[in-house]
Amino acid sequence: MGVTEHISKAFEADLDTTRTRVLQMGGLVEAQILAAIQAFATGDAGLIAQVIENDRRVNGYEVAIDGACNHIVVKRQPAASDLRLIMGISKIVTDLERIGDEAEKIARMAKRIHEHGGHHAQRFPAVRHAAQIAVKMLRQALDAFARLDVAGAAEVLKEDSAIDDEFRSVLRQLITYMMEDPRTISPGLEIVWVAKAIERIGDHAKNVAEQVIYIVKGTDVRHTTFADIEREISKE
Amino acid sequence: MAAVSVASAVELRADGGPQSATKAEAKDLSFYYGSFRALKNLNLVVHEQQVTALIGPSGCGKSTFLRCFNRMHDLYPGNRYEGEIRLHPDNTNLLSPSVDPIEVRMRLSMVFQKPNPFPKSIFENVAYGLRVRGERGRRAIEDKVEAALRGAALWDEVKDRLRDLAFNLSGGQQQRLCIARALATDPELLLFDEPTSALDPIATASIEELITNLKKKITILIVTHNMQQAARVSDYTAYMYLGELIEFGRTDELFIKPKNKQTEDYITGRFG
Repeated sequence: MGVTEHISKAFEADLDTTRTRVLQMGGLVEAQILAAIQAFATGDAGLIAQVIENDRRVNGYEVAIDGACNHIVVKRQPAASDLRLIMGISKIVTDLERIGDEAEKIARMAKRIHEHGGHHAQRFPAVRHAAQIAVKMLRQALDAFARLDVAGAAEVLKEDSAIDDEFRSVLRQLITYMMEDPRTISPGLEIVWVAKAIERIGDHAKNVAEQVIYIVKGTDVRHTTFADIEREISKE
Repeated sequence: MAAVSVASAVELRADGGPQSATKAEAKDLSFYYGSFRALKNLNLVVHEQQVTALIGPSGCGKSTFLRCFNRMHDLYPGNRYEGEIRLHPDNTNLLSPSVDPIEVRMRLSMVFQKPNPFPKSIFENVAYGLRVRGERGRRAIEDKVEAALRGAALWDEVKDRLRDLAFNLSGGQQQRLCIARALATDPELLLFDEPTSALDPIATASIEELITNLKKKITILIVTHNMQQAARVSDYTAYMYLGELIEFGRTDELFIKPKNKQTEDYITGRFG
């Protein structure tokens, strides 16, 4: 990646602004997940309303950043690392927006689960554990994007299987829970949706990390094995 | 989702088909304007029936390199070549003192930045090269002129005014006339030196379309200042700087993932 600045200061500024907005959007999305999980644990109605309301801001970021990318393509016809950055950002914001949707979904589920009684949510600490991993993955992916750090991005890809394991574990616990008492089936199913949403957040964080590798290395590592990716990023 | 290896995924994108044969090859080519060394040990392969673009900042030697092919530098005293440019399939060294530059120019044609038709009729502009080559048959000349004008996508616009003076054509038409003139003698290699820098976007688009069609039959080497043009029309791109070849590769790869930092800086506008 070039450390030299563009001859055009306006171009440099456009890229910087867009990069910063992606990080701001990422920060907002991260806060949304944390708030949604908090709402899942507590059933706090104010928090639920706040997450649902804030999702509109997430959507606004997506539209604004995509617009900025189009603007840069039209005005600058970016090439090489600039092109990869813009293409990568355009994909990253789609994933961030989906993460926002998953957070909103969790908040809505939290409301229904707590209508059945708060004790259901508290029976499943594994859900919160999975959420912590998902938030960590997202944070690492955004850090990797900010620093253009491929090694950091590769770490995120490694974490994804941990979150999948957590999801399966939650599922097993829920099946036992629901079998023991059929009255828990309705809230139990809502909790499955929450766990699934968290698992999806992990997938989107992984996609963000894959785009970081593309931006830096120019290699598209989607749909490849982890061994391939490690080999690719170790190349100079 | 099936896992595709990184290597094969890269091949899928980068490989535009089977590798074509070599049409021309610069080997350790250096060129001197008097004591000034304008080209430094260039090694580059021009693939047959492909478009190769030469890009780089002013003074990098790309036009100098292009002009070595048709020995245009011979016209001025003090100019000197070192190394070789081999033209295949016969492996002739175009720069060899024993090779007549007129012979070389029979096999290559050049189109310049500004359209430079002769002060003659449209027909005579195209027929000129044929007559110089000794073609005398009226019918044969007419057929070849028509074929060349069709090849340059100009025939339909000029077929009813072939006796008009070439200067009456628009800039874009004049440039296509120059391409027709270049095509008339069936060259093996077509050299373009910034062929659209004096044209408007519509005329530029028609020349670019023409280049894409011409490469089905002919090998093309093009110098351009317009990087988007290089990206649009070429299969291979060479980036030159201060008389050296910095990077050569498939155009897609060079514009998405250049290997060299200097290339990266130039094509992203960081050069300075």
